[in-house]
Amino acid sequence: MSGAVVLFDAPGPKARRLSRIFSVVTAIVVVAGLGWVFATLNAPRESGGVTLPGMFDPTRWDIVTDPEMWGFIFTVGVWGTLRAAIVAAVLAIALGVVLSLLRSSPIAWIRIPTAVVIEFFRGMPVLLMMLFILLVAGTGQYWAVVSALAVYNGALIGEALRAGLVALPRGQREAALSLGMRPLQSKMLVEFPQAFRQMLPIIVAQLVVLLKDTSLAYIVGYPELLRVTLNNLGSYYGNRYLFTLWCIAFVLYLAMNLTLSWFARWLAKRTDRRYHPAKGGPAPEDPSQALLVADANAAAIEDRSPR
Amino acid sequence: MDVVVENLPLYLEGFSVTLLLLAVGGIGALVLGTVIAAMRISPIATLRVVATVYTEIIRNTPLTLVVIFCAIILPILGSELPYLIAGMIALAVYTSPFIAEALRSGINGVPIGQAEAARSLGLGFSQTVSLIVLPQAFRMTIPPLINVLIALTKNTSVVGGVGFVSELFGVGRTLANAHGDAVIAVLVGVAFFYLLVTVPLGFLATRLERKWVVQR
Repeated sequence: MSGAVVLFDAPGPKARRLSRIFSVVTAIVVVAGLGWVFATLNAPRESGGVTLPGMFDPTRWDIVTDPEMWGFIFTVGVWGTLRAAIVAAVLAIALGVVLSLLRSSPIAWIRIPTAVVIEFFRGMPVLLMMLFILLVAGTGQYWAVVSALAVYNGALIGEALRAGLVALPRGQREAALSLGMRPLQSKMLVEFPQAFRQMLPIIVAQLVVLLKDTSLAYIVGYPELLRVTLNNLGSYYGNRYLFTLWCIAFVLYLAMNLTLSWFARWLAKRTDRRYHPAKGGPAPEDPSQALLVADANAAAIEDRSPR
Repeated sequence: MDVVVENLPLYLEGFSVTLLLLAVGGIGALVLGTVIAAMRISPIATLRVVATVYTEIIRNTPLTLVVIFCAIILPILGSELPYLIAGMIALAVYTSPFIAEALRSGINGVPIGQAEAARSLGLGFSQTVSLIVLPQAFRMTIPPLINVLIALTKNTSVVGGVGFVSELFGVGRTLANAHGDAVIAVLVGVAFFYLLVTVPLGFLATRLERKWVVQR
């Protein structure tokens, strides 16, 4: 249903003019709305007999010229976020690989407990896991954040890879076995590399989620971008800069996440062309939806051919 | 385990706040998301652009940042909303683009031949949409929507984490601080209530999705 043109007749000159007029009117309304928000925020306010300057007043924004602040934000905040995200991503992928192999093991004693563990971690809020590790394992904030992110995303990546393994054509395994490979060799040398490449878009999209989730570290007190800007700099410069600092954090997060999202999208397009030239492929931007489809496909295949 | 049993009323209270956040946030997100989805397929170019930009921005902003905006920055800007309402707004706004995408992917999942066949039978726009496309799209959007709700359930914990709303996570944190000797039991109790919602919903989503997959 990508071509909505099917639904109605091609618009004639009148309809096209009407839609162009609507377009311009909406644009004006949107711009006016944004202007109103800006003006409202910028208006000085009375509070307890004191007149506060507007939100875009230069006195609220003079800190942006302070190179020391930027240095602090980047060396402590951005670096703290990236440091946690990178280590967690590596661990999550490693854990996902292990879990997917255990989950698709032919031995029920390994397969079923792994499935239960994966379901358990998928259903929990990451924040709760962070708090749990912080309080129970006493690892310190950094490792609490990293290991919670690694476990949660590792479970999801493991499930994705498992679905990828199941979805492979049967002939791959049969060919490998008939060449004299052991089952494990076939899995590691033939099946797994293909499953990994097919699932790479989901994995990278999941890493975008991981990067976003590092901001939860704010709540358990690990100094990442959000905590550094809002708490540390907020109390250093004073509360009147909070809005400014929030805007800075917002823009920095947006820049980081958009870069990674675009990379994920590009990768998905590239993988799609190579591996599913015919099918449209699942929307890669929301890995949980793509994972849902992959999971259902795997379940359908398993129903058809019991192991 | 005694801690959990003793504080069961507290847990249930937190659980009901979580469910309240889930319900109100979910309905708000459903309304907002439907509007965004409609804007994204509308013939008016500006609406499409606005919806796309909104989706891109919200999707790439961490939830924590959105919740902080509603709970801490909005009061600075002069709002006097209670934290619970602010949290609901944050959840609804954050979840809406995901709902919109789920709806859109459902509509896109209906094979184009269906609409073509309807049109060639002489059905008009409203007939094609209401009789042919939407009934099929609706079934296909159920599993992705359930999926979004699962994510929303987990996300309610952030509202308790940032702010001053004592839903499940908030209750868990308070109890864990009060009972330093039974942290594991306290937090496993909290996890149990989350799993009570997320795991059955997860199975339901996969089950329904599998049905559609087989049919396709």
